[in-house]
Amino acid sequence: MPFEIWEEARAREIIAAHATESGSTLRILHALQEAFGFIPEAAIPLIAEALNLSRAEIHGVVTFYHDFRRELPGRHVLKLCRAEACQSMGGDALGARARAKLGVNWGETTRDGRVTLDAVFCLGLCATAPSAMINNRLVGRLTQSRLDALIEQAQ
Amino acid sequence: MTTKIYIPRDSAAVAVGADEVAQMLGQACAERGLPVQIVRTGSRGLYWLEPMVEVETAEGRIAYGPVSADELDDLLNSDFLNGGSHTLRLGRPEDIPFLKRQNRLTFARCGIVDPLSLDDYRTHGGYRGLEQALALQPAAIVEAVTQSGLRGRGGAGFPTGIKWKTVLDTPGPQKYIVCNADEGDSGTFADRMIMEGDPFILIEGMTIAGIATGATEGTIYIRSEYPAAVAAMEAAIAVARSSGYLGAHVSGSSYGFDIQVQVGAGAYVCGEETSLLESLEGKRGQVRAKPPLPAHQGLFGKPTVINNVLSLAAVPTILAEGAAYYRDFGMGRSRGTMPIQLAGNIRRSGLFETAFGVTLGELVDDIGGGTASGRPVRAAQVGGPLGAYFPRDLFDTPFDYEAFAARDGLIGHGGVVVFDDTVDMLKQARFAMEFCSIESCGKCTPCRIGSTRGVEVLDRIARGQGVAAGIDLIEDLCQTLKFGSLCALGGFTPYPVMSALRFFPEDFVARVPLAAA
Ligand SMILES: Cc1cc2nc3c(=O)[nH]c(=O)nc-3n(C[C@H](O)[C@H](O)[C@H](O)COP(=O)(O)O)c2cc1C
Ligand code: SF4
Ligand code: FES
Repeated sequence: MPFEIWEEARAREIIAAHATESGSTLRILHALQEAFGFIPEAAIPLIAEALNLSRAEIHGVVTFYHDFRRELPGRHVLKLCRAEACQSMGGDALGARARAKLGVNWGETTRDGRVTLDAVFCLGLCATAPSAMINNRLVGRLTQSRLDALIEQAQ
Repeated sequence: MTTKIYIPRDSAAVAVGADEVAQMLGQACAERGLPVQIVRTGSRGLYWLEPMVEVETAEGRIAYGPVSADELDDLLNSDFLNGGSHTLRLGRPEDIPFLKRQNRLTFARCGIVDPLSLDDYRTHGGYRGLEQALALQPAAIVEAVTQSGLRGRGGAGFPTGIKWKTVLDTPGPQKYIVCNADEGDSGTFADRMIMEGDPFILIEGMTIAGIATGATEGTIYIRSEYPAAVAAMEAAIAVARSSGYLGAHVSGSSYGFDIQVQVGAGAYVCGEETSLLESLEGKRGQVRAKPPLPAHQGLFGKPTVINNVLSLAAVPTILAEGAAYYRDFGMGRSRGTMPIQLAGNIRRSGLFETAFGVTLGELVDDIGGGTASGRPVRAAQVGGPLGAYFPRDLFDTPFDYEAFAARDGLIGHGGVVVFDDTVDMLKQARFAMEFCSIESCGKCTPCRIGSTRGVEVLDRIARGQGVAAGIDLIEDLCQTLKFGSLCALGGFTPYPVMSALRFFPEDFVARVPLAAA
C-alpha cells in the first residue's frame, strides 16, 4: 500500500480539513494515518496546536488506541483474528503458522518491509471463521493453504 | 425478460467470495446473451450457505448455495435462472428450516431488499413506525417503548423506555442520541448485518428516539473493523437527508433530527458507554465513574440516550405494530425477539432471530446442527469475551437475561460461540485474562495488573508449577477483579475464567508448554 511521504504542509492541510468538528481528534488521526501510513511524531504538535490541546493529550490519545501506528507498516498488512470464534475453528494454529512463516511476532513487520502482521479481535465474520484481512480485503473460512497463498502473494 | 438475481454484499458473504460470484455471473450471463439484473443485498444470515444466490422465478425467489465462481457455468447449464434443479438448489429461502423457525421482526428485510433503496424500505413496511410516532406526543412514544418491554441489546439489558424517560425528563437545550455500534464481542455480527443490510431501520429507530426525548442530533459510533458498515450508513444517511427523512423537518414535521457517523480506533473498551462518549469527544477511551448517568450528563455533558444498534432497530416495529405485539414474544422479563448469533465451530452458523425462551441446547444442537468439525460439542461461550463457558449440562438454560444470570452467565449481545472436544479450557481462561490485559483502559489496578498476573499464574499451572496453589490464586484474583473494577471489562472477566475452572477442572493440569498464542 503506497503512502505519501511526510510533509508538514500536507499534514497541516489534512488537520485543517478535519479540525472543524467537535471531538475531531480521532478523525484527524485516521486521516493522517490513511495518508502517511502511520502517525509521525512530528504530527503531534501540529494536531495539538490546531485543537488547542497539549501535546501530552494528543500523545495520550494516539497511544491509547490499537489502530494508530507509530511507525510505517510493511507494504502489505495481514490481520488475523485472534478472538474466540476464530479460535474454535483453528485460528490459533493459523496465527502460529503466520508468525513462523513471516518470522515476526504480532504487531511486527518483516525485515524486508514486505508484511506487517497484526492481531485483531473479531472482524464480525465469526460465522465464516477463521477470518483475516489482507490490506483492505476480507477473507473468511481461512485454511492453511489459503493463508500460505496470501503470504506468498503479498510481495 | 430480464431475470433478477440477488447476491449479498454483506462483508461475511464477500469474505467467502460473493464479489467474485457477482462479477463472474454478470460476465457469464452477458456472454450467453442472458438479460439479468444483479441486485446486491444484505445477507439472510444463513452463513454456512454463503455466498447464497437467489433468482427471481415464477414461484418466487429460489436460492442456491454455497455458490463458488467455478460452479457458475454448471448452474447456468442447469437453467438456474429459471429455478432449475442442481445440487446447490436450496428452494425458497423462506422454506429453509433455519429461516422458517425464526421470528424475524428486526431482520424482516435484511437479505431481501437493496439496502440503499428507500423505495424498497418503504415497500417492505419501513417508516411506518416513524409515521405512528409523529402522531404521538413524545411521552407517549416513550411509554410505548416502556410497554414493549424492550431491554438494551448491547449487553446490560437495561429497560430502554426507562432510559428514554430519564432523558425526556432532563431539561436541556441540546440532547443527543448515540448509537453504540462498537460490536466488539467475538461471536457477534448482528449490528454489522443490519447496518450493511438494512441501514434505514437504524436511521428510523434513532429518529424516533430523537423525537421521543427531544434530541436533535444523533451519532453512530462504528468500530473501525467495519468499513463496509460505515460506508453503508453514510450512504443511507445521505439518501434519508435528501428525501426529507433527516434534517430540519423530519418527514415534513416540526421535529429536526440529523445523524453523523464516527469511527472507532480498535479499542474494545470503547463499547462501554462512558468510554465511548470519551472517545466521541476525541479523548482516550477511559471509563467514567457513574453517576452522573449519560442520560443526565452524557456527550459533551449533555443529556444523552446511548443505545445499541439492535435496541434502536427494534423501535420501528414497536411503534408500527404496537407495544403489545412486540411484548407478546418472549418469556419472563425478557420480552420481544433477540437476534441470536450462532458462531464458531457450528454446522449451521448464522443469525437466528427468535423470541426469548429458546434453550441453548436447541440453538446449538437442533438449529445449529452441532459442530462444523463433526466432533462432539464440549462448550459454548455465550455473550462474548466476558461471557461464561457453558458445558452441555447447562444446555437446558433458556435464552433469557435472568436464566443466564442465575447460572453465573450472561446473554450479552446474543453471541453463541461453539467449541468441540479439542478445546483446551485452560487456554480459554488464559485468553480471557490476556484479553482483559490487552483491552483494559487502565483505570483500575486489578484489571490492568491483575489480568497480566492471571496469565502468568495460568501459565505456571500449565507447566505444572503448583497447580493447587495456582487455582487458589486464580480464584482470589477473580474475586478482586469482580469487586475492584469500575466496569464490566474487569468485573466480568471472572465469568469465562471461573466457568472454565468450575465446569472443566480436568483441563487445569500440567501439559506440554503453552505456545505463546
Ligand atoms: C467492556 C464493555 C464493552 C461493551 N461493548 C459494547 C458494544 O460493543 N456494543 C454495545 O452496544 N454495548 C456494549 N457495552 C454495553 C454498553 O456499556 C451499554 O450498556 C450499552 O451501549 C447500552 O445500550 P443498550 O441499553 O441499548 O444495550 C459494553 C460494555 C462493556 C463494559
Ligand atoms: S475495569 Fe478495566 S476497563 Fe473497566 S474501568 Fe477499570 S481498568 Fe478500565
Ligand atoms: S471472532 Fe474472528 S471474526 Fe469474530
